[in-house]
Amino acid sequence: MIAAKQQEMTPRRAKWEKYKDSLKFSLYCMSHPLDGFWDLTHEKRGTYAAANTILALTLIIRIMKLRYTSFIFLTVYWEELNIFLYLASVLFPLALWVVGNWALTTLFDGKGRLGQVYMATCYALAPYPLVQFPLMIFSNFVTVDEAEFYTVISALSLVYAAILVVTAMGQIHEFSGGKNILFTVASLFAMLVMVFILMIFFSMISQGVAYFISLGKELMFRL
Amino acid sequence: MRNKLVRTGAALAAVAVMVLGIPMTGQAAAHEHGYTYNYDYWGDVQDSADLYTVCKVYTGVDLGLETNLKNPQALYTKGDYLYLVDTGNNRIIEMLREDTETLTVTRIIDSFKGGEGPNTFNTPMDVAIDDEGYMFIADQNNSRILKLDPDLNYVMEFVKPDDSTLDADLVFYPTKVVIDTADRVYCIASGINKGLLKYEPDGVFSGFVGATPVTYEWTDYIWKRLASQEQLAQMENFVPTEYSNIYIDYEGFIYTTNSSVTQEDLRSGQADAVRKLNLMGNDILVRNGEEEPYGDLYMGTAAGHTGPSLFKDVTVFDNDIYVCLDNNRGRCFAYNDQGLLVFAFGGNGNMDGYFRSPISIEHMGHDLFVLDNLDNSITVFTTTEFGDLVFQAIEEFDQGNYTLSGESWEKVMALNGNYDLAYIGIGRSLLRQERYHEAMDYFEVKYDDENWSKAYKQYRKEWVEEHITAIVIVLVAVFLVPMIVGRVRSIKREIDKADIFRQ
Repeated sequence: MIAAKQQEMTPRRAKWEKYKDSLKFSLYCMSHPLDGFWDLTHEKRGTYAAANTILALTLIIRIMKLRYTSFIFLTVYWEELNIFLYLASVLFPLALWVVGNWALTTLFDGKGRLGQVYMATCYALAPYPLVQFPLMIFSNFVTVDEAEFYTVISALSLVYAAILVVTAMGQIHEFSGGKNILFTVASLFAMLVMVFILMIFFSMISQGVAYFISLGKELMFRL
Repeated sequence: MRNKLVRTGAALAAVAVMVLGIPMTGQAAAHEHGYTYNYDYWGDVQDSADLYTVCKVYTGVDLGLETNLKNPQALYTKGDYLYLVDTGNNRIIEMLREDTETLTVTRIIDSFKGGEGPNTFNTPMDVAIDDEGYMFIADQNNSRILKLDPDLNYVMEFVKPDDSTLDADLVFYPTKVVIDTADRVYCIASGINKGLLKYEPDGVFSGFVGATPVTYEWTDYIWKRLASQEQLAQMENFVPTEYSNIYIDYEGFIYTTNSSVTQEDLRSGQADAVRKLNLMGNDILVRNGEEEPYGDLYMGTAAGHTGPSLFKDVTVFDNDIYVCLDNNRGRCFAYNDQGLLVFAFGGNGNMDGYFRSPISIEHMGHDLFVLDNLDNSITVFTTTEFGDLVFQAIEEFDQGNYTLSGESWEKVMALNGNYDLAYIGIGRSLLRQERYHEAMDYFEVKYDDENWSKAYKQYRKEWVEEHITAIVIVLVAVFLVPMIVGRVRSIKREIDKADIFRQ
């Protein structure tokens, strides 16, 4: 009986241990980006669960910052704040980046798959919650004269995350340095192109819908 | 440094609308507001209780004049006397304000005795009077500034400066004149954009002061480098703009207004609608507000008026509040010594308290006189109870009665809960009373980070001083405990490893 229960527990337990290990691995990726992001996919050290966790933490911290950052640094016009749009300001570029990057690199010998690009990008976001959360608390204990500390550290966390994203892409696609930078820039362009196409797409759809709505209205008048 | 989230939010929303096709629920239309209003931290219009109410509107008939006013251009106050420059009729009307309600004409000045040249005025534009009663009149079309003694005898005149930088063909048209306590004359002359012309008391021209800094875009600069001579001749030059009016305050600082401004220049800070010049001609106006003092923030077209507020005149109270007169939308904007909006009121229209073309503003105590050169009328404004309270609170603070000032601001807040200055005023009063923590709350509500920081710095210091023992204990615990634990562990390990205990 006991043995059976242990047998039942083991896979879950193993999964949990794997999750904890992969989450901890994000710290290793931060301090050893080249090595870390290589192992992330090639040695299967990363998990989607951990990537999702980091992304969720990023989003949660981003929302918490609205409320708990000192008003010296961030004032929020609550009347016009849409929390979903605010979340979309992270998720939408992220989705564009992942898709754009994968779509381009897969044509040019990139080894990373779509999921792996997503996972590595999320892992590279790790500095954001790690730095911004303590910084958010810290912001409430400074005056305007000391505001520079906050601004500089906050900027650094973003730069750090950006560098990690670029490094991560290089490692999972097995690109050389130059090629990596080239494809980073290309991916940014791909994002712009996608935004452009989406805009055209949706404006045409809305015009099409508007046409049928007005047609319907006209009919209603005549009947 | 500080992010205003509304801007990013709006930009993001715009992108989302385009991308996601979310229907926009109509951007709020241009805000309708009442007679008196204020802008809050976000630049939103906050209706306010009136600080001023119309006491009376005087036309020529009301003043008992035989000929009606014709295109009057300027007002000037000295003591209880109000001077009106009736430009179209070439005369200056002296009025005595016997009490709040009555304005009686005491003299009509249309000529003087002595002097060479005509002894009447030709299109007088402005007047200034010194403490002894000597009058300085900008007699525009006679190209002179006259100095007359109190009995209207000619004393001297100030004419076109003999300056090599001035075009010899340029006709000297003095439009606005002020004098300082030593009878030095500062004037604006049309067509001269090098700044204010400054004359010594003996009539000697002593130079230009306070020209507006010339600003231009780098794109313009590149264009100018590339353009041919013919093209250059067609382009507008980068020259300083002429001031529209001047006012000398009780401390001898000169306030100038500039009405040839564009929306873009004002918003980017490249042009100043109002400036405060020191003796060197440098601008020392304090601009601590979220927006610079340039009147209306919203410059959309409404009722035939578009573009920024065009300040035609300014007057400065003894409490350093200056009231600017917007000729475009017929409004008065008052700012305090920090550059924060105290009130804005008025509008275009024919009702009392509204204007068609306000051209000059003056004050007597806290009462305001506004001259309209289309209506040919003087509107006299007196303060309401609310206005009195606001001024009282500000003046009590200036005098150092911080507790009283705080109490007055409390009363102001009871009458108008949307008044940012009241919150900041209470906060500053509490700050002076060393009630830092309470002050912080008031500053935070109105996003006053500078004052909040002042209060917080003191509060933090006090807090640390009070809790120094606890802080030391915590610090010691944080550093010493792990050290001791580590030490104990290593000793334990040594003991465990030691041979004598092995068997």
